[in-house]
Amino acid sequence: MTISLAQFLIVAAILFTLGVAGVILNRKNIIVVLMSVELILLSVNLNLVAFSAFLGDLTGQIFALFILTVAAAEAAIGLAILVAYYRNRGSIAVDDINMMKG
Amino acid sequence: MYAAIVFLPLLGFLIAGPFGGWIGPRPSEIVTTSLSFISALLSWIVFFQVALGTAPATVSVIGNWFTSGALKADWSLRIDTLTAVMLVVVGTVSSLTHLYSIGYMSDDPSRPRFFAYLSLFTFAMLTLVTADNLVQMFFGWEGVGLLSYLLIGFWYEKPQANAAAIKAFVANRVGDFGFALGIFLVFSLTNSVGFDQIFAAAPGLANRTVHVFGLDMDAMTITCLLLFMGAMGKSAQFLLHTWLPDAMEGPTPVSALIHAATMVTAGVFMVARLSPLFEQAPAALSFVTIIGATTAFFAATIALVQPDIKKVIAYSTCSQLGYMFVGLGVGGYSLGIFHLFTHGFFKALLFLCAGSVITAMHHEQDMRNMGGLWKRIPFTFAMMTIGTLSITGFSYTAGYYSKDAIIEAAFASDRSGAFYGFVLTTAAAGLTSFYSWRLVFLTFFGAPRWATARLGSGHDHIAHDHDAHGHEGHALDPHESPLSMLIPLGVLAMGALCAGFVFADDFIGKGAGEFWKSALFLGPDNHILEQREEVPWFAKQLPTLLMVFGFLVAVLFYVLAPAIPGRLARGARPLYELLLNKWYFDELYDTIFVRPAFWLGRLFWKGGDGAIIDRLGPDGVAAWVVDMTGRAVKLQSGYVYHYAFAMLAGLAALITWYVASGVR
Repeated sequence: MTISLAQFLIVAAILFTLGVAGVILNRKNIIVVLMSVELILLSVNLNLVAFSAFLGDLTGQIFALFILTVAAAEAAIGLAILVAYYRNRGSIAVDDINMMKG
Repeated sequence: MYAAIVFLPLLGFLIAGPFGGWIGPRPSEIVTTSLSFISALLSWIVFFQVALGTAPATVSVIGNWFTSGALKADWSLRIDTLTAVMLVVVGTVSSLTHLYSIGYMSDDPSRPRFFAYLSLFTFAMLTLVTADNLVQMFFGWEGVGLLSYLLIGFWYEKPQANAAAIKAFVANRVGDFGFALGIFLVFSLTNSVGFDQIFAAAPGLANRTVHVFGLDMDAMTITCLLLFMGAMGKSAQFLLHTWLPDAMEGPTPVSALIHAATMVTAGVFMVARLSPLFEQAPAALSFVTIIGATTAFFAATIALVQPDIKKVIAYSTCSQLGYMFVGLGVGGYSLGIFHLFTHGFFKALLFLCAGSVITAMHHEQDMRNMGGLWKRIPFTFAMMTIGTLSITGFSYTAGYYSKDAIIEAAFASDRSGAFYGFVLTTAAAGLTSFYSWRLVFLTFFGAPRWATARLGSGHDHIAHDHDAHGHEGHALDPHESPLSMLIPLGVLAMGALCAGFVFADDFIGKGAGEFWKSALFLGPDNHILEQREEVPWFAKQLPTLLMVFGFLVAVLFYVLAPAIPGRLARGARPLYELLLNKWYFDELYDTIFVRPAFWLGRLFWKGGDGAIIDRLGPDGVAAWVVDMTGRAVKLQSGYVYHYAFAMLAGLAALITWYVASGVR
């Protein structure tokens, strides 16, 4: 069977929704938020690659590689902030992080 | 020289006022006192040149104050006989009071302030009497009012002194309101505030009318009544008199200078100065007579029973001011001014003697705790006796000439109200004699009640609590005052004895024409000075008889049979209470004016300002903003996922809207 573009897009959409739901609904751990953000990025990547393959245009795939790089850097920074935050506050539970409360 | 008279006291103030704390009390005293003595000396020279001599009356303009259209006011010195007389009174009493205060205030910590005030007062009074237009006069008028306020409240630690100061200020505002309206009316009638222009225009205004409150009134009458309202306030006349007795909370030299000899006579001076206006308004003059006579009698009755030595003299001042206004009201402006002149001497003398007694008694003012003092302070006693002789009109003393002349003029005059004035002033002459001698007998004769009385309840003592002797339980030892206080007494006593027969001829007798020159205006029908000479003998002798009668009654009551006054007070209890409580005027005003004013003020404060303006205005808006931000704050939960959700929801809404409205 051949996998059509629509199926790729459906998978990407599911992944994206999962990622967003992970960011919003998660109450446990900042790391889960980071992972959810990665998930969103990956779903976008999937979209890009799928369109690239189906349209025969390589730009999309190159773009995906850029996004992977940025995502790696972002994960590194995010985790570093997380470690620093944990040292300061002794907790990385999402519900404890509300210093911006008015 | 004229400028020096006026501005030397100001110089004294400028030295002792801002720099008093720096140069110390003693130099402040010396500077202000010597400057005021120079000013007084120059005043006498001017008096001899202008009033007794032939030097012409001059108006020297110092500078323009303001010019706005026709309204033009200059700073100027108008020197004529009337001004010269006032200069002499003000200068003499002021300089002697300065000297006296050196002794009287010797243990007060804020002497530089006191002397600075005294000098500034003298300056303000001198600008008043040398004014050549109504605006400068008003400047001096308000200036003396301000200094009166400051000096009554000089011992500002005492609540009753502050209350008295405020009362004096407010009562004077009532009068000044009328005075200001009078000035406005004069300006609108004559288009000028300068005296020469006003006086020139006055005869032409005789039958003009002004339209006020839907009524056509005689312009000159209403103008003069308004101006006289100012005089009533300043000179403590009936209905506006209540502040003067309370003003005795101030130091005694202040009472002598401001509330006896000078400031309170400003009203008399003003009416005399504006004689060309008042001559055109016979109705207003009758009103002046009636108010003056009422005050003379009414204040004298109160003075009969007051126990406080200064209050008695204060009511006596009030009463004598009434005499002056009777003199003015029957058209004898020179009579009023002459009484002002002699009164300046003997009333300042009485006050300063009272101050000497108070010092001797260690700031006890209640005469019931005095008695038998004549052996202890013989000089003060002698001076007080001279002052009393003079005020009661004993033959050939100053008061005899001036007061009896007013009574005779009231009898001789055929103006309406004059007979009322004659009856009341004659009766008041008897009362004057009684209360003056009562004061002397209670203070200087009889048993020394201070030997047994418990002291320390004096009214004049705030600054003197550190005074080592007298308060500590051991026996009081009255002693004579220092020389700096006795010299002024001697000088004023000379005035009280001699001012009458030396100057009577010039002021009110045959020499009056050359003496006054054109300073006072008498209408063509005004022959009061000549008429006065022709009164029958009983009208001439009646005041003297009553004076003797008052003296005899006082001797009987307070020397021979001291039990009578108490029995009389018990027998006529309501009358006694009425007099002791000053005819209940304070209570009346409290009910009519003070309480409603407080009530209205509280209504506007709590109701108008607090409940309406503030609640809907600033306070309301501020509270609404706080409320709203309180709600907005709740949106800021601080949780990242809330923000993320909001962003997402917003994004979704935008996209939905975009898609639903069609891609363009």
